[in-house]
Amino acid sequence: MSLVARHLESNGIATLVIGSARDIVEECGVPRFLFVDFPLGNPCGRPYDGAMQRSIVGYALDLLESATLARTTVQAPLVWSDDESWKQRYARVDPERLAQLRSAGEARRAKQTRAKDERRAR
Amino acid sequence: MPEPNSKPTPHSKTTQRTAVSYIDRTREYYAAQGYDRPYAWARHLDAPFARLEKPLSECRVAVVTTASPWTAGLSADGVPRSGQRVWSGPTAEPPEKLYTGDRAWDREATHTDDVESFLPLASLKAHAEAGRIAGLAQRFHGVPTDYSQRNTLEKDAPEILERCREDSADIALLVPL
Repeated sequence: MSLVARHLESNGIATLVIGSARDIVEECGVPRFLFVDFPLGNPCGRPYDGAMQRSIVGYALDLLESATLARTTVQAPLVWSDDESWKQRYARVDPERLAQLRSAGEARRAKQTRAKDERRAR
Repeated sequence: MPEPNSKPTPHSKTTQRTAVSYIDRTREYYAAQGYDRPYAWARHLDAPFARLEKPLSECRVAVVTTASPWTAGLSADGVPRSGQRVWSGPTAEPPEKLYTGDRAWDREATHTDDVESFLPLASLKAHAEAGRIAGLAQRFHGVPTDYSQRNTLEKDAPEILERCREDSADIALLVPL
């Protein structure tokens, strides 16, 4: 998505990314980025919280008006919860889950190989 | 799901970076699954910058999502599949649901049942009614999350640009899940 922002911006359309994966967006480098430090999935606010969702879009519009340089990041002044344990849990690799993850990967690769073979056969 | 606070914690301390590093987390997760060649994320030192050519209140806004149409959810054999091409929908009729099952998001902490939490059409309409922007572009757009950055750069990004231009959008708001 950040690559699309760069392409649009290069062609004269001002862009802003609203996102929660700060490192991914900033490594790619975009013109304007509103970072919302929420779990992936709800960058525009908590589900069914219209007031919060409008305020996040408001921050984005503020940033569109105020940014004067590329790679401007603003962090929305919101926290998901006082309990930040979700940050540790996402895609964690627990030692006791290693065997399960390994077999899930093997199953996925086998499925991908089958799909590739089927495409070749057509 | 815990209640998010409307105000930040006024003062606290930390001994580590508080934003999740999804690049690290993803690499470790796939390594544990036996993928030994990590994904190489796009990295640039510079970025383009286009100034707004008119007041924000006169700008028409396009929105771009990484979600897929709901009908893209299942293929004939019941296997989830992703949208593989750029698609668009009318902003006058916001979708009640979109397919996110093939995207990476935090299924333990939240859900994506409320489309407005990642495709903010109603919020933008409210800001348009308040006079902050001129309005929404006629269509919102969906872009595939392609493993191939080349596909994104050579096929999808130009297609999104063309559609934004067709709709006379001045600004694009891009919202990855």
